[in-house]
Amino acid sequence: MADLSETSTAEHTLRVEAPAAIEVDVSSLTPGTSLIVDWHGKPVVVRNRSEKERKDAEAVSLAELKDPIARNANLPADAPATDANRTTPGKEAWVVMIQVCTHLGCIPRGQEGDFGGWFCSCHGSQYDTAGRIRKGPAPENMAVPVFQFVSDTKIRIG
Amino acid sequence: MSGDKYSTYTPKTRIERWLDARLPLPRLVYDSFIVYPVPRNLNYAYTFGGILTIMLVSQILTGIVLAMHYAPDTGLAFNSVEKIMRDVNSGWLLRYLHSNGASFFFIAVYIHICRGLYYGSYKAPRELLWVLGCTNLLLMMATAFMGYVLPWGQMSFWGATVITNFFTAVPLIGDWLQQLLLGGFAVDNPTLNRFFALHYLLPFVLAGVVTLHIWALHVVGQNNPTGIEVKSKTDVVDFTPYATVKDAFGILVFLFFFAYFVFYLPNYLGHPDNNSIANPLKTPAHIVPEWYFLPFYAILRAITFNIGPIDSKLGGVLAMFGSIAVLFLVPWLDTSKVRSAVYRPWYRVLFWLFVANALFLGWLGSRPAEGAYVVMSQLATLYYFAFFIIAMPVLGLIEKPRRLPNSITEAVLEKDKASGRGPIAGPETKH
Repeated sequence: MADLSETSTAEHTLRVEAPAAIEVDVSSLTPGTSLIVDWHGKPVVVRNRSEKERKDAEAVSLAELKDPIARNANLPADAPATDANRTTPGKEAWVVMIQVCTHLGCIPRGQEGDFGGWFCSCHGSQYDTAGRIRKGPAPENMAVPVFQFVSDTKIRIG
Repeated sequence: MSGDKYSTYTPKTRIERWLDARLPLPRLVYDSFIVYPVPRNLNYAYTFGGILTIMLVSQILTGIVLAMHYAPDTGLAFNSVEKIMRDVNSGWLLRYLHSNGASFFFIAVYIHICRGLYYGSYKAPRELLWVLGCTNLLLMMATAFMGYVLPWGQMSFWGATVITNFFTAVPLIGDWLQQLLLGGFAVDNPTLNRFFALHYLLPFVLAGVVTLHIWALHVVGQNNPTGIEVKSKTDVVDFTPYATVKDAFGILVFLFFFAYFVFYLPNYLGHPDNNSIANPLKTPAHIVPEWYFLPFYAILRAITFNIGPIDSKLGGVLAMFGSIAVLFLVPWLDTSKVRSAVYRPWYRVLFWLFVANALFLGWLGSRPAEGAYVVMSQLATLYYFAFFIIAMPVLGLIEKPRRLPNSITEAVLEKDKASGRGPIAGPETKH
């Protein structure tokens, strides 16, 4: 039980001290790995995609998408959901998004499902390697929050 | 059937006379539960009203004591429930009575509803009685859902997340509604606090609507397996001892099964994932609601396609709420002039199909939402709604009912004659 209360204290501190934006050190991420940070009580995934993941996502045409809108807070609201629009210029391998299923709010598991992206086991939604909804009941692509690379190893979210 | 003009109560002692002139509570009890006339042919399906009353009282009593030991704070809730299980005297018993009590409450209410559907208990003049009952079901569901969140386990948290997310599907005000429910942007301490407050409040609201339900029942009188109205004194018996003893026996048998689960299978109806503390960053592999919500959950997941302007998410939510809402309309959907399924050969078949279909939906709700399960859920959902919206209105117009006896007494005596000493009521009455 001790470790549980430590966890909740840490969360509590984070929540109290968390400003609107957080900075995340991503120096440990090699291609094909990701980390998840708590941002306003929601998990934000930062993934340094492998070459294959990126190519798979780039090869998808807009016509194949269930939701053709990028859902990227850094872009105009009507930007199309190309792979480039799901990332940030110069760092196209990286995906930063709120890892919450747009159906009913579960947290999809990474690198699973038919498209090798994210799979939500609650109601079977499948996302591709750019976090775009491809199959299942979810209506929208997973949301990309406001973020930027402040250096090569640091991301500011929010 | 009630009210002072029919009252046969005569106060015998000075105290009773004094009270009767000021607050005639003994008269109300005497008229409602002693000499209240009930049809002589009520079978054991009619004991579930009494069983439900006992379950409500039991849930309130165990719940009040549990609340004395529970801490509605995300940092404390899970451990306070563990403390109830380990350190509080008889805490394990209280909690198992309460959690299994919710399940048995639902078993009883589902049987009670099926009884009403089978014998046509919702038909005039009992429409309001039925609608109040449907309101009770909704209150029970809301209470049970919020109660399940309180232990703050993984299923508590993610069940709450999924169900409150339903409301985001509502056009225009969806997000605002969801944030109002949650007290924030995600399930967190404010959510737990308000769910605890409402979980404590709603059972008393339920008790109030139950009182209206029983009041309405005592105004229109009980329906019975023949569906024929009471016509003479030979059709009825006194509530006490006849119904009292029958209800008491039904309650005892029901409590026997309840006790078996509490003492021998206390976690059989629960989910092991709820023994892990809530983790907002990790969803369990398979989220399932409590068993009593599974049929509705299957209906929610069955809508995987857009219907015109309604996307699949809103469609699923509408179908799920619609599956309860349609119950409210049953008195006006059923066009049959005959109440009881005993005399309705086609309705009886479709009714039992409906029951089987509802159980099937429950099973589907526990399966993953993929492949053949999705198609089966869609077909079962179709039958669920077709039973109410198509079968009920149409059957009343085309079905040829069997000959009705002239009275309850005649039905009972015919039956006794046919079998020598037959049961008081049953599904078959041969001519």
